[in-house]
Amino acid sequence: MSAVAAAGGQVIIRVRGLHTVLGGHTIHQNLDLDVRRGEVLGVVGGSGTGKSVLLRTIVGLITPTAGTVQVFGQDFAQLSARERRAYEMRWGVLFQDGALFSSLTVAQNVEVPLREHLRLPRRLMDEIAGLKISMAGLPASSGAKFPSELSGGMRKRAGLARALALDPEIVFLDEPTAGLDPIGAAAFDDLIRALQQRLGLTVFMVTHDLDSLHKICDRIAVLAEKKVLLTGAMHDMLRHEHPWVRDYFHGPRARAAQIAPVETESRAHV
Amino acid sequence: MSATAWVELHAPVGGDAPVLRAGGDWRIVNAGQLDSELTRLDVPGDRVVVDMAALESLDTAGAWLLYRTLKLFEAQHKKIALRGARNEHHAMLREVAANDSPCEIAPPQVNTVVRVVLAVGRATVDALRAGRDFVIFFGAAVVTFLRVLLQPRRLRWNSLVYQMEQVGFNALPIVGLIAFLIGVVLAYQGAVQLQRLGAEVFVVDLIAVSVLREVGILLTAIVVAGRSGSAFTAQIGSMKANEEVDALRTLGMDPMDILVLPRVLALVITLPMLAFFADMMGLLGGGLMAWVVLDISPAMFVERLRHAVTVWSFLVGIIKAPFFAVVIALVGCHEGLQVTGSAESVGSRTTRAVVEAIFLVIVLDAAFSIFFSVVGV
Ligand SMILES: Nc1ncnc2c1ncn2[C@@H]1O[C@H](COP(=O)(O)OP(=O)(O)OP(=O)(O)O)[C@@H](O)[C@H]1O
Ligand SMILES: [Mg+2]
Repeated sequence: MSAVAAAGGQVIIRVRGLHTVLGGHTIHQNLDLDVRRGEVLGVVGGSGTGKSVLLRTIVGLITPTAGTVQVFGQDFAQLSARERRAYEMRWGVLFQDGALFSSLTVAQNVEVPLREHLRLPRRLMDEIAGLKISMAGLPASSGAKFPSELSGGMRKRAGLARALALDPEIVFLDEPTAGLDPIGAAAFDDLIRALQQRLGLTVFMVTHDLDSLHKICDRIAVLAEKKVLLTGAMHDMLRHEHPWVRDYFHGPRARAAQIAPVETESRAHV
Repeated sequence: MSATAWVELHAPVGGDAPVLRAGGDWRIVNAGQLDSELTRLDVPGDRVVVDMAALESLDTAGAWLLYRTLKLFEAQHKKIALRGARNEHHAMLREVAANDSPCEIAPPQVNTVVRVVLAVGRATVDALRAGRDFVIFFGAAVVTFLRVLLQPRRLRWNSLVYQMEQVGFNALPIVGLIAFLIGVVLAYQGAVQLQRLGAEVFVVDLIAVSVLREVGILLTAIVVAGRSGSAFTAQIGSMKANEEVDALRTLGMDPMDILVLPRVLALVITLPMLAFFADMMGLLGGGLMAWVVLDISPAMFVERLRHAVTVWSFLVGIIKAPFFAVVIALVGCHEGLQVTGSAESVGSRTTRAVVEAIFLVIVLDAAFSIFFSVVGV
């Protein structure tokens, strides 16, 4: 199925000539990026290169200084707040630490977007919350727990359940596996992959996790020098000559990730 | 995105089973409408055909509704035949079937009487525990202070000076303004009453005694509790929530030294000065009003002041300031250090700090009044 996405599906997120200036610093300069429908795009780059800022710009939390961001073929800067809300229903965001509302239980957190955007009977909302919590791989007992009673990995899953509440077409993930143990991180990767395949999601994922990149990303975009330096599949990354890209994908950690037994595909490129 | 969804029941023709036809966009935007239509549905007989051929799209919410309906039919011992379902529909149905696990939404609610009794009991225990903790904290602060007296180099001078600026100097405008206005109000109200007795000139005594003994210091303490006590809790609390306080500890630095002592000392040093400033502004406001309303000239006011007050009237007010300062600063810092994890707890602790500090200041003030009347000043 990665072949399908790589062969060039419909472009669902289109960023053109993006300039972002924050606090007097230029974060992005003339940045272009396409995300295609149904693919998992991994965004990598050194710390502070503006990956999170890019994610926040695409979902409209930061207004770009110049350039356009089109999602679903719509330039959000041109839309009224009302129209924008209709589109915002069609994506979900998982923030780095879950960003759960601390005064609500996990199930109530999942119900927040349902309550906000739709008029549903209580019973149905509770049922949908249970469904999403289970889909995110949490036990039913965690529904009535408060975020402070959960571990970091469970908070991420709860955040994912909330991001999936409205059956979005795109999910944005900011370092979903950071801070998880390797087994938990691998399980989270599998979960994202499985959901993406079963629900036909498009996934925009900021990550530092080489295992995730190998295992679940159809394409990778490298952020460096204030723009997207290159995009492509893993084997394109491995062939690239840019010093940072070489260090990143050929460093000791990268080698360890490549020889991991899960990867039959990438072994061909070593 | 003109998404519509429908469901219709075709009554059995002859000996056939009834047919339930689902069509359109079975997506979450239509879930509310579908839910009410499906619950109203009443399918007769012991067989049913579910026809999904007209489905245009199906997401997990739609699949859930469908799955729930099928489950209901099963519970009614109907024979179900699925018709026209595409592969992705089957996949979606399997997905929701695999995740059919209802969960608790909120922690269970207990019976009201039990809850009230529980709440009262818990509040009582909490209050006693908070009192004990505060006494322990007070002791620790005293020990820290004594240690710093022996080794003055341990004191964070930069922090002390910065805090003095924050809690003392920057509070001057608001404290001064409020004291001035209260002086004005006292003079005016006093004048109205005393004029009727022809004892206008005693308005000076009224202003002087009340401002110097009580109003100046009490007002300053309350403003500072609201302004700086809350700031102490919020600053230390957000550091606690951010694990910065733990970081200090692991770096071998005592939060008592770094965070608490500079704040307490800054307030102990500046609150008497602020109170003095408030006294002066109160007298100024009162004097001005007396001049305007009662025609008591500034010279007369000062003359009368000499008779009305002794140095003790002034000292009785100022002596209380360091005590109030200790209470306000310690309550603020203590509540800040009690913050756990969430940002919400920073907010509730800040509120508690202000309420407790003002309450304790007033209790302490009452205690001082009794003490002074016993020793006779
Ligand atoms: N609100 C802001 N105001 C000013 N500068 C900001 C703001 N947010 C981010 N920055 C700056 O933008 C740059 C990129 O930040 P960003 O959080 O996107 O990094 P990142 O690529 O996600 O790094 P990491 O991998 O460490 O998460 C940083 O230099 C940061 O200091
Ligand atoms: Mg980041």
